[in-house]
Amino acid sequence: MSDTSDTVVRPAGFPSGAAPGPLRRYGPWIVLALLLLVLPRVFSSGLSISTMCVMGTMIIFALSYNMLLGQSGLLSFGHAVFFGLGGFLTAQMMNMMAGGEGPLPLMVYPLVGGLAGLVFGVIFGAVATRRAGTAFAMITLGIGELVTSSALILRGFFGGETGITVDRTEIHQVFGLSFGPQVQVYYLIAGWCLVSVIAMYAITRTPFGRICNAVRDNPQRVNFVGYNTTVVRFIAFSLAGLFAGIAGGLASINFEIMNSAQMGAAESGSVILMAYIGGVGNFAGPIIGAIVVTYLHLMLSDLSDVWELYFGLLFISMVMYAPNGIAGVIMMQRPLIRRGQLLRVAPYYVLALIPGLVALAGLSMIIEMTHQLSISASEGLGMTMMGIAFNADALLPWLTAVVLLGGGGWLGVRAARLAREAYGAAMVRGRVQ
Amino acid sequence: MSNADQGGTAALELEGLEKSFGPTRIIRGVDLTIVRGERHAVIGPNGAGKSTLFHLISGHYRPTSGRIRLDGRDITGLSPEQINRRGLARSFQITNIFPQLSVWENVRCATLWAMGYRYNFWRDIDGLDDVRLRTEEILGQINLIERWDMPAGMLAYAEQRALEIGLALASDADILLLDEPMAGMSHAESQHMVELIRKVSENRTLLMIEHDMGVVFNLADRISVLVYGEIIASDTPERIKANADVQRAYLGTEVA
Ligand SMILES: Nc1ncnc2c1ncn2[C@@H]1O[C@H](COP(=O)(O)OP(=O)(O)O)[C@@H](O)[C@H]1O
Ligand SMILES: [Mg+2]
Repeated sequence: MSDTSDTVVRPAGFPSGAAPGPLRRYGPWIVLALLLLVLPRVFSSGLSISTMCVMGTMIIFALSYNMLLGQSGLLSFGHAVFFGLGGFLTAQMMNMMAGGEGPLPLMVYPLVGGLAGLVFGVIFGAVATRRAGTAFAMITLGIGELVTSSALILRGFFGGETGITVDRTEIHQVFGLSFGPQVQVYYLIAGWCLVSVIAMYAITRTPFGRICNAVRDNPQRVNFVGYNTTVVRFIAFSLAGLFAGIAGGLASINFEIMNSAQMGAAESGSVILMAYIGGVGNFAGPIIGAIVVTYLHLMLSDLSDVWELYFGLLFISMVMYAPNGIAGVIMMQRPLIRRGQLLRVAPYYVLALIPGLVALAGLSMIIEMTHQLSISASEGLGMTMMGIAFNADALLPWLTAVVLLGGGGWLGVRAARLAREAYGAAMVRGRVQ
Repeated sequence: MSNADQGGTAALELEGLEKSFGPTRIIRGVDLTIVRGERHAVIGPNGAGKSTLFHLISGHYRPTSGRIRLDGRDITGLSPEQINRRGLARSFQITNIFPQLSVWENVRCATLWAMGYRYNFWRDIDGLDDVRLRTEEILGQINLIERWDMPAGMLAYAEQRALEIGLALASDADILLLDEPMAGMSHAESQHMVELIRKVSENRTLLMIEHDMGVVFNLADRISVLVYGEIIASDTPERIKANADVQRAYLGTEVA
């Protein structure tokens, strides 16, 4: 029966079963580990280190979410539940063991969060994964509401509106690590981040991981090759809960406070944002998304009172114009690089970016002036943007804003069309050569 | 080659099978026994209920009444995956593949359950040599080795049809149900497909729906004619050709 395959010449790259060399297999992880190791030396300010701590936590959280959305096609609106429950259980355990009574060092506490995430993933997953599609999404939304409102009732455990606080330095210390200095927490988070990223990547390359992709693509057909799609969804949901719980555990160690808002709809929405902006179709997408969104969040909330609005705009434009996220945009350049055409197209990208930024400046002027006129009017109408002071009710700034937005937008659309044409032409040129 | 005439054991038995959608009876009491190792074709005019019959057997639809037995065991009302695990695989009339996965992943996913890897989430799939060899063997049979890394949705129509058959073959089931495997193929393509089906059904039981009479009379040991949800004849190709009822109900109109 196998004679056919023996006579056919295998095309280049065809799976041969030869194990990849150690450099291919472990190289990227070693590079990542080294990178995590030196980052605090490069970005050594207190702000950078605490930002990177949040990023590391969010990378795990966003990747765990993508086990559902990107890998298995499951749109969950309640993923923060597992992050939050993992965080609360870690915090409670830490408070129980405070005073160095427990024998376990702080490093292993994220496992408590992971275990909590797994257990609740199993419990809620047993209900939610009986359905797929819209019904699944609605059930997860309901679970999110259920858990956050229960948290407000069970004040003893969740600490009501204020939440519960912990002191990570009270935990049994080993190797002289007190986890008082933030950089020690950074290495704790970096270590767990590395382990979790490797584990989640490995899972995508197992029989189960591939069947998840098949379920995302065409669940009905999966039934006819022997798989129960409910079981596939259930396992994916439980594992996603495990890793979200680890992220939550790390968050409670990092912030030393857990609040029931961290399990809520806003937090669940934020992880969707991260995964989507980074790109759900690529393993690295949510990593990029977690880093970018955390950074933008920090930067924008410093610059503007209405930063959420900008997030909304970013999200909408990503969904509309780059549905595969930042990772998708990067992956689109790969065929250009292979054809040696990237440098011929790149100027067009810059050409489109400049009017785009001009339009954005105009838009943000309108947003900020409106904000000044309505919400902040009590503080007076004077404001500054980019170092220029003006009045929010003056004509000139409004005219400027409209011209920037209109002109930049018009040029931007034209330039974007040119860039698309250049991309298409480069692909064709590359093929002819 | 076939034990159809030698009275072998039953691979598949349908007993008083009925299926209604609302008030409409689509399958109206089908009794049929498929003998182990035979190649059995189902023919009949469009809308006769052939695909519905396959959906019933494969667990996609639940029968309104009647029983289905696979190797003597009752499978009525079981889910598609349970039926697949008992050794029945099928293809679809309307191509039903994993369009965004590569051709390689399509076939590999279809081999996994039968090879015992199930929901395994700790073993590196690329390290499973048995899976790799089996996948390669199937790709060779359906002539898609060259296309192994292409997203299945980007294949040409005939290639997608071949992949559709590949997914059915991959699980190594004893009973194959093929719903119009040659539909829409060119003459050369369907010629190759006939040879492939002949080859892969050598140690298996085959039940197929096919419109091309040349193919059917050439390939099948027995033919059943389904008209308006009822089997009006079930016999060898020669006797089906000679059957007056069949002539009237079906052959007379389509193969003039
Ligand atoms: N899910 C369904 N709901 C209602 N009617 C259906 C359904 N599936 C098939 N039918 C009807 O059953 C009849 C037989 O369809 P089908 O089995 O596809 O025929 P064939 O494969 O013989 O051409 C058709 O009239 C079709 O409209
Ligand atoms: Mg049909």
